Amino acid sequence: MSFVSVTDVWQSYDGRSIIERVNLDVAEGEFVSIVGASGCGKSTFLRLLLADERPTRGTIRIDGGAPAVEPGRERGVVFQRYSVFPHMSVRDNIVAAESFATGLGRFFGAKLRAARARADGTLDRIGLAHVAGNYPATLSGGMQQRLAIGQALTARPRILLLDEPFGALDPGTRIAMHDFLTELRAETAMTVFMVTHDLSEGFKLGDRVLVFDKPRWDPDYPEKFGATITYDFDARDGGIPYQRILEKAPGLAPDIVSDIAPDIAGPA
Amino acid sequence: MRLINRRPTSPPLAVVLAALPFVAVAVAYAIGSDIRLAANPQDKLLPAPATILETAIRLFTEGDRRSGDILLWHDTWASLRRLFFGVGIGAIISLVAGVLIGMLPYARRTFSDFVAVLSMVPPLAMLPILFIVFGLGETSKIVLIVVGITPFLIRDLSQRVLDIPHEEIVKAQTLGASSLVIALRVVLPQILPRLIAAVRLSLGSAWLFLIAAEAVAADVGLGYRIFLVRRYLAMDIILTYVIWITLLAFLIDWALKVASRRAFPWLGAGL
Repeated sequence: MSFVSVTDVWQSYDGRSIIERVNLDVAEGEFVSIVGASGCGKSTFLRLLLADERPTRGTIRIDGGAPAVEPGRERGVVFQRYSVFPHMSVRDNIVAAESFATGLGRFFGAKLRAARARADGTLDRIGLAHVAGNYPATLSGGMQQRLAIGQALTARPRILLLDEPFGALDPGTRIAMHDFLTELRAETAMTVFMVTHDLSEGFKLGDRVLVFDKPRWDPDYPEKFGATITYDFDARDGGIPYQRILEKAPGLAPDIVSDIAPDIAGPA
Repeated sequence: MRLINRRPTSPPLAVVLAALPFVAVAVAYAIGSDIRLAANPQDKLLPAPATILETAIRLFTEGDRRSGDILLWHDTWASLRRLFFGVGIGAIISLVAGVLIGMLPYARRTFSDFVAVLSMVPPLAMLPILFIVFGLGETSKIVLIVVGITPFLIRDLSQRVLDIPHEEIVKAQTLGASSLVIALRVVLPQILPRLIAAVRLSLGSAWLFLIAAEAVAADVGLGYRIFLVRRYLAMDIILTYVIWITLLAFLIDWALKVASRRAFPWLGAGL
């Protein structure tokens, strides 16, 4: 049973098709990278997953639930920028991930103290404890994104959506953020969708890499057809999952191969 | 070195440069006044600076011969009260309306064109209507200020709400925030410094409407006094009042600026 199921999704704005016929099944805990040229609809697809937009046709379900009509706590998100609240301190940004779901969006008294203590624990884990009282604007880009990811995960979403989360970071910080994200995934086993421009980043982090492109092209009316998933790579094990299967289980394969095609397998 | 790269960095030079235009105006006035008074010692148009100072001290310290009250302070309190209520009511209305129009598509569709048209109505043309409807008392003067500044404030604030990055609003939704929570915890705190900035900009017109309303019908107030003594060509009193009003306006503006910086430290935060 697939965890996230996308069924025949189309999206068009005023007759301009952006994406069409997108079908996708993702298992729980999978990390899906989404790559493609600029304007190929990968960000649109992420907004659809986020339920910030509703598809023109088709449905997107999480764990068999009803299609969402607006963003909610099931979906966590980190954008390239503006993902944290500039008027709250780093600690309060984490507390907000818990308190925003309450009636007035604010904790008082003992509840606030408990939430702040939990937030400090989270900040400790993501390495931001030393700037807990600062405002996000005083943080570097990498730290802001780490805070944004920590904030999104504090709300315990079912899926985490990342829209070019490391696009504005320098290469060194970017690699540090890859390690950070890999560690967090190992801890939480979260289902993640990440849109990225960077192919190697997509293969490095993802279990699957989806490529969005336009399979149909009308030269007179380029906006007639939308993009869809044209490739769906298995990116586990550094992007070569099956080539190395014999190295991992050497006792299994040769017999089968020699049974089916003895001339290829050679003398046993 | 290019002109664009020359900077008045040393403190004394910076102070001198800032003071220069003020000194220049004062000197020009003193010379003009001197020339006129030399030709006619009875001239009332440009009283000597010393005369103005004398008048100012008298106005600030001596009571009225009839009632014993110091009129300048009465005028100041009356005017400041009207200004405070007018600007305060305008700010509250525009804050609520600006947040609603900026956040809710239904409110925007319904009211944004209406507010745009309202802001084109010349407030001073409404003054007779206000006097007829609300009488000649305090209400009509306060309402004139409210009517005069609120449409501008609403348009500015609703635009500022729309300028909040969509990402932040989406992020708040993914954290489970309701519309009310987004308004209270995301939009309102970020819009309050904008409100103060917008109020600072609209204070100039607020004073204009106040003086205009007081000039037409009042029995106390800074604008009333200026237009009263105009009949006697009492330039020394008028100039004292004008300088006093300017000083008050400047102090209010400065206080709002400082308050904004104190209350919203995250605005100035940055590397």
